[in-house]
Amino acid sequence: MSKILVIAEHLDGRLNPATAKCVSAAKAIAGATIDVVVLAADPAGVAAEAAQIDGVARVLTVSRSENTPCLAQVWAPQIAKLAEGYSHVFGPSTTTGKDLMPCVAALLGVSQVSDVMSVEGAHTFKRPIYAGNAIITVEADAAKPVVATIRVASWAAAGAGGSAAVESVSADAALPTHTRFVELRQGKSDRPDLQSAPRVVSGGRGVGSAENFALIFSLADKLGAGVGASRAAVDAGYVPNDMQVGQTGKIIAPELYVAIGISGAIQHLTGIKDAGTIVAINKDAEAPIFEVADIGLVGDLFKIVPELEAAL
Amino acid sequence: MKILVAYKRVVDYNVRIQVKPDGSGVVTDGVKLSPNPFDDIALEEALRLREKGVATEVIVATIAPADAQAHLRNGLAMGANRAIHVVCDQAIQPLTAARALLKLVEREAPGIVLLGKQAIDDDANQTGQMLATLWGRPQATFAGKVDVADGRATVAREVDAGMEVLDVELPAVITTDLRLNEPRFIKLPDIMKAKSKPLESIAFADLGVESGDTLKTTHFAPPPKRSRGVMVKDVPELVAAMKAKGLL
Ligand SMILES: Cc1cc2nc3c(=O)[nH]c(=O)nc-3n(C[C@H](O)[C@H](O)[C@H](O)COP(=O)(O)OP(=O)(O)OC[C@H]3O[C@@H](n4cnc5c(N)ncnc54)[C@H](O)[C@@H]3O)c2cc1C
Ligand SMILES: Nc1ncnc2c1ncn2[C@@H]1O[C@H](COP(=O)(O)O)[C@@H](O)[C@H]1O
Repeated sequence: MSKILVIAEHLDGRLNPATAKCVSAAKAIAGATIDVVVLAADPAGVAAEAAQIDGVARVLTVSRSENTPCLAQVWAPQIAKLAEGYSHVFGPSTTTGKDLMPCVAALLGVSQVSDVMSVEGAHTFKRPIYAGNAIITVEADAAKPVVATIRVASWAAAGAGGSAAVESVSADAALPTHTRFVELRQGKSDRPDLQSAPRVVSGGRGVGSAENFALIFSLADKLGAGVGASRAAVDAGYVPNDMQVGQTGKIIAPELYVAIGISGAIQHLTGIKDAGTIVAINKDAEAPIFEVADIGLVGDLFKIVPELEAAL
Repeated sequence: MKILVAYKRVVDYNVRIQVKPDGSGVVTDGVKLSPNPFDDIALEEALRLREKGVATEVIVATIAPADAQAHLRNGLAMGANRAIHVVCDQAIQPLTAARALLKLVEREAPGIVLLGKQAIDDDANQTGQMLATLWGRPQATFAGKVDVADGRATVAREVDAGMEVLDVELPAVITTDLRLNEPRFIKLPDIMKAKSKPLESIAFADLGVESGDTLKTTHFAPPPKRSRGVMVKDVPELVAAMKAKGLL
């Protein structure tokens, strides 16, 4: 029988929706018992949110002042300790999960299954390699715990309506003091979050400047969409790095993705493969983005985008 | 202070990888190999730290088959002082790579180990974090800016929420993100100079590393294909097409 421990990700006292996606992946393992653990200075609020996720048996809380904010080398020894008695430990393939989970895997003596797209069995998973150009089936050693990150774009969040018991536990582990958190510079935005927004509008190098990006923001606002960008647009300084979509940026799965002035390099396409509908606007009819777009329009974005906004 | 750079050779990022029809692997015969782009960035950062006087020596290390010497010469031509080649015929998984790198770390006692945040072949994003854990030292992953002073590194990290700044005690492990720097181009005279720089080979078996390859790949498949959709000729048609799909 599989017993799965899901690591809750949280920021500013709020549970990250990626956690409920990890629960979905855990539920895909037949007959699994699923616990969620919240490590925090003050875990109560986050634990109450986690307890509502459908399919969760128990929510464990580890309350220690060192646990907020998350530092991988501080959380990992506690999670490794708690992992005793579990067959699987799952975390999200967000930057927090990617930073943390390999540390847990190293302590448990296994290589991690990164970016789980589908569960084929208790120890068999599918994951992408080569920027998503190949999908491999991997089998983890059944005699050892499985440590995995769950590719958030591949999973719908488990629903609410659960009422798991919340239990406070201790995880005795010596915690390092070699790392000091200085600050988190958050791009403040009232727009929908890029990773969970049902609609996303992205701009690329074709947009031409930070000032011109106002066009993209304005269209996004009209659509109620989140805003993304290609790496070229980020590198050129049009927008901050947390807006990058792609292999090394955010992997997203909105219902609607509108790519404007983006050529469609494989590294960018990796980030949008799971989108419902892709709309592409590009002046070059040969741009590779049109090979994957559901609706394509060839033309000058500076003419099309304002016209589109007006037509909505 | 020494800096150790983990410098992996991978299929060049411009190659469109093809899965073999029988699902047994991907086609790599005759495919162009290059340094992992993130590792080039790691090496560039190490060289800049040496140029600033923070580091005295930059060592590139790879765990790869015997034919990877040219790859290490490339790192030497870019400016590393010397290279270590752990000769290993088959591909290894991140935990094994981390254990092997730890052996080199114990031997060389670097102040900083720089790695790429991920190798673009396995896309694992694990080795640096595992090395830091096994070594019992701090990690600062996905670095977008690194400042070193007074035995500490201040690292701005590219995270989902924005930029996170950590201050870590050295020695430490740092993994690079794309915007940390732009790697320099190699000049012809540097290629000549690199030929006489020290390149040490160690057999993987001689490191005494226990394998951490706990995963078995049983099948390779091409990704589900998105098919080409419709082309519309103007904005009214675009709006109509979006409406037809229930998007507006
Ligand atoms: C290791 C690695 C990782 C990477 N990771 C990522 C990643 O995560 N995300 C990512 O996006 N990229 C990534 N890249 C970069 C990627 O290879 C491309 O360089 C990048 O995606 C190009 O961005 P772009 O499409 O905006 O720019 P370009 O390729 O320059 O395309 C600009 C497009 O705009 C169009 N255009 C110009 N003017 C107009 C106009 N007036 N109207 C309409 N169209 C116009 C042009 O026709 C062109 O198609 C990565 C690269 C490497 C090596
Ligand atoms: N065989 C190897 N040789 C040298 N460096 C490696 C090797 N494997 C992994 N690395 C380093 O670890 C980083 C992350 O790799 P990975 O965890 O496989 O995504 C790479 O960018 C390299 O810096």
